[in-house]
Amino acid sequence: MGYLISIATFACIWAVLALSLNILTGYAGQVSLGHAAFFGIGAYASAMLTVKAGWSFWPAFVAAILITGVVGGFLGLPSLRVRHDFLVLATMGINFVVIAIFKYVSFFGGALGIIGIKKPALFGWTLRGPWFLALAALYLVLTLWISAYLSRTWAGLALTALREDEDAAEAVGVSVPRFKIYAFAISAALAGGAGSLYAHFLGSVFPDHFAFVESIGIMSMVVFGGIGTLRGPVVGAFILKALPEYLRFVGDYRYAIYGGVLVLMMLFQPQGILGDNSWLWNKIRRRIND
Amino acid sequence: MPEKTNRNTPLLDIRNLSRHFGGLKAVDGVSFQVNEGEIVGLIGPNGAGKTTLFNLISGFLKPTAGEIYFRGLPIHGKRPNAIARLGVGRTFQIVKPFGELSVRDNVLAGMGHNIYPSLQAFLHVYHTPTAIARANDILENVGLAAYADARADTLPIGLQRRLEIARALALSPILLLLDESAAGLTHQEAEDLAALIRDLRDRGITILLVEHNMRFAMNLCERIVVLNQGRILAEGTPEEIQTNPAVIEAYLGHSGVVRREA
Ligand SMILES: Nc1ncnc2c1ncn2[C@@H]1O[C@H](COP(=O)(O)OP(=O)(O)OP(=O)(O)O)[C@@H](O)[C@H]1O
Ligand SMILES: [Mg+2]
Repeated sequence: MGYLISIATFACIWAVLALSLNILTGYAGQVSLGHAAFFGIGAYASAMLTVKAGWSFWPAFVAAILITGVVGGFLGLPSLRVRHDFLVLATMGINFVVIAIFKYVSFFGGALGIIGIKKPALFGWTLRGPWFLALAALYLVLTLWISAYLSRTWAGLALTALREDEDAAEAVGVSVPRFKIYAFAISAALAGGAGSLYAHFLGSVFPDHFAFVESIGIMSMVVFGGIGTLRGPVVGAFILKALPEYLRFVGDYRYAIYGGVLVLMMLFQPQGILGDNSWLWNKIRRRIND
Repeated sequence: MPEKTNRNTPLLDIRNLSRHFGGLKAVDGVSFQVNEGEIVGLIGPNGAGKTTLFNLISGFLKPTAGEIYFRGLPIHGKRPNAIARLGVGRTFQIVKPFGELSVRDNVLAGMGHNIYPSLQAFLHVYHTPTAIARANDILENVGLAAYADARADTLPIGLQRRLEIARALALSPILLLLDESAAGLTHQEAEDLAALIRDLRDRGITILLVEHNMRFAMNLCERIVVLNQGRILAEGTPEEIQTNPAVIEAYLGHSGVVRREA
């Protein structure tokens, strides 16, 4: 039971990561392979604020979201200068640099990471097991709501416009640089919150938890489920995160799965298993309509 | 509604404008003006610098030298989105639809120009009844109402050109820059487009258009500016241009368009 709850908690956290990357890549078209960096920044911010500065979880959680959002906005600056394919490389680079900073700057605990991170408490009660899962699920629902609402706002329309054609977006009054930075900041902020939850759930953070392969993993969840949709990234995260954790023996091949999924989806179903007009989604819709 | 331009200042004032690409002088010391309420044609052979001039006016290119004033305000050096929000709408010669969006949403995207700069853009939903009604009006106006729900990239190229106009109209522009909107149209379609452009002018929109179809330009425009190799070759009424020896020479030298189509 406890094992399942912990898998479900991970799945919720990764669903948030996938949804947040979806805002950046699915909505705004900015392909990032460094998303785990934002995850890590949120985790480290929350860990440092609670363990080293003695804050309690809740303000640290909010601060982690804000800090990661601001840092994410700055780390989005390369997107203003480089073309799409180079942005992929630049974001990969950012991921490596962020990990190196965690690893080699002793202020951040070095390779030993940060340990002794406490679970959140509410009115004197420590949130653990199902209660922590409830917190993670609540944050997932919040992220879903933000994603859904954003896509219906003028800002969401501006992001879609710049994804489709940057010149045409400028020609209708969208400041492309500004909205790219917004996309990075929002995406990073949400991932930062996921990082905070992760740190407090696990009780410790190490640089390698946020390595480049994790970025690949998050991207493969988004692509597997269906980029640009809400259902896709969530389902992708639950399948590709929870299943390997559950089937322990598969867990060892996790990275091979992430890589394989990316290659296969790109080849055969680039819109994802649940993307609009995908084979499975069309089938499901026909079932529902009958 | 923006305040009226001073009667004596031209709506668009281009002074000594140049844009060089390495050694190529795509636009080279061009000066001319467009007054409020005019339909002005910009013609010239392929590679004359017409699109480059549009890109300079709308901010997609920075001038190598020279100045551009819109309603007396210097706009050279401003970003395209800022110029768009001042009331300069444009179409692209090579169409750039928001392909995955519906035709209506393409127009709605143009209607957000006032809200994009503010954080309010994150609060307000764009599919409101009033916004949709206005988008439908614009689509009706350019004859795209039947395609409102189609994905923009499924339209044939002629209709995508019209969508370019619809999207620019969504800005409520004061000045509209049309880059070869009549390209590839049948005679009847071109007539319809001319009627639409006159109608827009009658509703107070000033129009500067690039055109290869001579008959179309001569019939529609009150004034014509001829560009050749980045420089102004002639400027005047369609009659003056048609009989201008330098223009005839330049065109015959290239393709003989004047003789064939005028
Ligand atoms: N970004 C650029 N870089 C280099 N050269 C350019 C660029 N844009 C335009 N040119 C060159 O500048 C010249 C003018 O091009 P422009 O597109 O303005 O011509 P045009 O009058 O619009 O021609 P057309 O009638 O074929 O559309 C051409 O020689 C073109 O190759
Ligand atoms: Mg051109």
